Amino acid sequence: MSAKKGLSLTLKIWRQKNNKSKGQFETYKISDVSTDSSFLEMLDMLNENLVNEGQEPIAFDHDCREGICGMCSLYINGRPHGPDTGITTCQLHMRMFKDGETIHIEPWRSAAFPIIKDLVVDRSSFDRVMAAGGFISVNTSGNTLDANAILVPKEDADSAMDAAACIGCGACVATCKNGSAMLFVGAKVSQFALLPQGRVEAERRVLNMVKTMDEEGFGNCSNTGACEVECPKGITLEVIARMNREYFVANLDKG
Amino acid sequence: MSKLDSKIPAGPVADKWKNHKDHMNLVSPNNRDKIDIIVVGTGLAGGSAAATLAEQGYNVKAFCYQDSPRRAHSIAAQGGINAAKNYQGDGDSTYRLFYDTIKGGDYRSREANVYRLAEVSASIIDQCVAQGVPFGREYGGQLDNRSFGGVQVKRTFYAKGQTGQQLLLGAYSAMSRQIGKGRIKMHNRHEMLDLVIVDGKARGIIARNLVTGEIERHSAHAVVIASGGYGNVYFLSTNAMGSNVSAAWKIHKKGAYFANPCYVQIHPTCIPVHGTAQSKLTLMSESLRNSGRIWVPKNIEDAVAIREGKLKPENIAHENRDYYLERRYPAFGNLVPRDVASRAAKERCDAGYGIENNDTHEGVYLDFSTEITKKGKEAAIEQNIHNPTEQQIYDLGKSWIEEKYGNLFVMYEKITADNPYVTPMKIYPAVHYTMGGVWVDYNLQSTIPGCFVIGEANFSDHGANRLGASALMQGLADGYFVLPYTIADYLSADIRTGTISTDNAEFDTAEKEIQDKVNFFINNKGTHSVDHFHKKLGHIMWNKVGMGRTPEGLREAIQEIEEVRKDFWANVRVPGEANEMNMELEKAFRVADFLELGQLMAKDALERRESCGGHFRWDHATPEGEAERDDENFKYVAAWEYNGSDINQEVMHKEDLIYENIEVKTRSYK
Repeated sequence: MSAKKGLSLTLKIWRQKNNKSKGQFETYKISDVSTDSSFLEMLDMLNENLVNEGQEPIAFDHDCREGICGMCSLYINGRPHGPDTGITTCQLHMRMFKDGETIHIEPWRSAAFPIIKDLVVDRSSFDRVMAAGGFISVNTSGNTLDANAILVPKEDADSAMDAAACIGCGACVATCKNGSAMLFVGAKVSQFALLPQGRVEAERRVLNMVKTMDEEGFGNCSNTGACEVECPKGITLEVIARMNREYFVANLDKG
Repeated sequence: MSKLDSKIPAGPVADKWKNHKDHMNLVSPNNRDKIDIIVVGTGLAGGSAAATLAEQGYNVKAFCYQDSPRRAHSIAAQGGINAAKNYQGDGDSTYRLFYDTIKGGDYRSREANVYRLAEVSASIIDQCVAQGVPFGREYGGQLDNRSFGGVQVKRTFYAKGQTGQQLLLGAYSAMSRQIGKGRIKMHNRHEMLDLVIVDGKARGIIARNLVTGEIERHSAHAVVIASGGYGNVYFLSTNAMGSNVSAAWKIHKKGAYFANPCYVQIHPTCIPVHGTAQSKLTLMSESLRNSGRIWVPKNIEDAVAIREGKLKPENIAHENRDYYLERRYPAFGNLVPRDVASRAAKERCDAGYGIENNDTHEGVYLDFSTEITKKGKEAAIEQNIHNPTEQQIYDLGKSWIEEKYGNLFVMYEKITADNPYVTPMKIYPAVHYTMGGVWVDYNLQSTIPGCFVIGEANFSDHGANRLGASALMQGLADGYFVLPYTIADYLSADIRTGTISTDNAEFDTAEKEIQDKVNFFINNKGTHSVDHFHKKLGHIMWNKVGMGRTPEGLREAIQEIEEVRKDFWANVRVPGEANEMNMELEKAFRVADFLELGQLMAKDALERRESCGGHFRWDHATPEGEAERDDENFKYVAAWEYNGSDINQEVMHKEDLIYENIEVKTRSYK
């Protein structure tokens, strides 16, 4: 562990009062930041200073601070969730930065994620895609088959789990030059495509989810793979390929 | 006259739930759309309840403070979910899960509720598998299980180290289906700020739209509180930053009794505190205790050298390590229940053997080297590698660990910059889960008619200590399989009531109170941030209402909290405006409630003159430092009644705990 303590930093942070007003970068100075602190703890410190000076603190989304709820966002020095890989912003630690550095902090950038305030965006478009088909239509009554009556090969269950690990943070959309949500939607489609449960409605699912995804204003996949690089949970482009395959077959059947 | 009627059905414990279901009133399918239900919170309990109630045909209005129901804190649970399926054929049964839960809870939970929990647990797994939750599987395609602290069977189902996430996403997908059908009206970024009672019944809530700041009225025929636990009263905890007690506390102030507030679970395996700027503690799943051995140096000089960075743990010989759990509790070893493991760590650190380089030296090792070697040797045999080299054994063992706990190891390394495959993890206990909560009867109804409380927000199932992997089980049991039945019994009287109006005096009064409070916070010319007060409260709570409690400490805590509270109302500063997103204002409302609850927790802890589960009183301990319970005088639930803003005036009601099916014994894990 690095023993170096007390970073001094210059922060250029996007401030925007609300969705209707224009935003701009503001500059803040902060010192004495422990290298053991997380990035969000550094922002907590800054906010504490701002409140003490009677200024309004910076609004940013966060909750579990364990890298799993997907609430935190932040575009840091041009990358979603900052310079480290395989993590969310809450797991980014200040030891990744150098003393005296200038850090740019922006909200997610995408038309489908309108800004609410400062660094907070509205990701409810993801929820609407989910409501269009991101589920298996089973009654929540408990009167289902015994769990072991549905055998799932371990490899399939593991692959489904890898796809299901998506936390819906939106980094894939934020980093994509087309604002495409195909990694997110592909992950959900893949999870169900790999399992015997829910196979019955697989075609409806992929058609409805893709349709809603388009309606919500997400762009098309540009095959540059930036989403895969920035995904904190290691979701791979394979899920997009699988979704495309599912979508293609579903369309053939429909025709 | 006490309102504490537990409404436990008569008959043998194994038949109670079935008989009760057979005789409860129903709401017929064609009448259900005449009924509105509010569900506050969308974690495992609230999410599963909302989905099921909507599925049955009720109009559900669901609320969560996050931007999506998928982010509720249940998502962070890692290890697994218990269910008495006996797939492993190791003798598990409904009775055994019931027994382990009661015993693990130190005989302070309600028998009938716990039996029902064990009974419905098997259905949860069936339900979740049908929903597409990708549980871990054996090569034959069947479900895999592992073991957790405090039990001697393998009954824990898991989805890698992300079980809570997958179960919550299962409930969220079931909700999404109902949202798509228009049966659930989802209110994201909304926070409940008060309960509205009309003619003695819960008939709605006042909520704040956290984006626009608008104070809204929502009515319903019943209100379900599923707002989780109150661990954030300690400021530093494993809870999500936004987790709060407000919904539960608001109904308490409106007449719902609050039970056993002093029961807090301190989880043994968290990453230790690193410094004063810390906002949050991160849990390492308890499942790691299956494969890890906990130790501190046997010699105090070694501990000092480690703290000073002069010695590395891997260089301390096996015989110079004190595997204190294996030493003290040979039968359960590293898998003793959480309260026992937590206290044992505190005992070693207090004695000076802690290894973490922080102010308090609070930290012990969780070491995987033995397991890596053992699994490596096994894998070598499996792969027909004769005379494997040490490197081969390590590599094979490492890949076994990686498969099982990989994401946890990555997470640990990101936070601490240490590689746990090479050097042992540093861990220390932290506040995790609260067993106390709103008092509910067998139907999960609070003392306010029409106000139901489910999941961690209620009190009934875990006693004084919760078994590992039982939180997920309780949340889903309440939401999928218990509440949907019991709430129908209550609602059957409401099929002719019609829509509840929000234009009446009760809604006016409740809204005005909230509006006044908003105005106060925004206009108060204070000097300190909300966090300033929250941290002060947390400090008092951790030091005096934490892992070890004394009567003097508790009396001091009550006094000190009262002072912080006074200071808060005089000197809090909330910048920004009321009619827009204002996160400081959100926190101010929550901390105001934590300050009152914290005082009640200390008061409850002071009254309970015994040690049980997570409530450990130094004046009630055996000479060996084990908890000393007092069944004769304290085998009851302490249910507190609000009596005005002076928390010291709360009145305690007692519900005696009656054990007919289990012999109450002294817990021993030796």
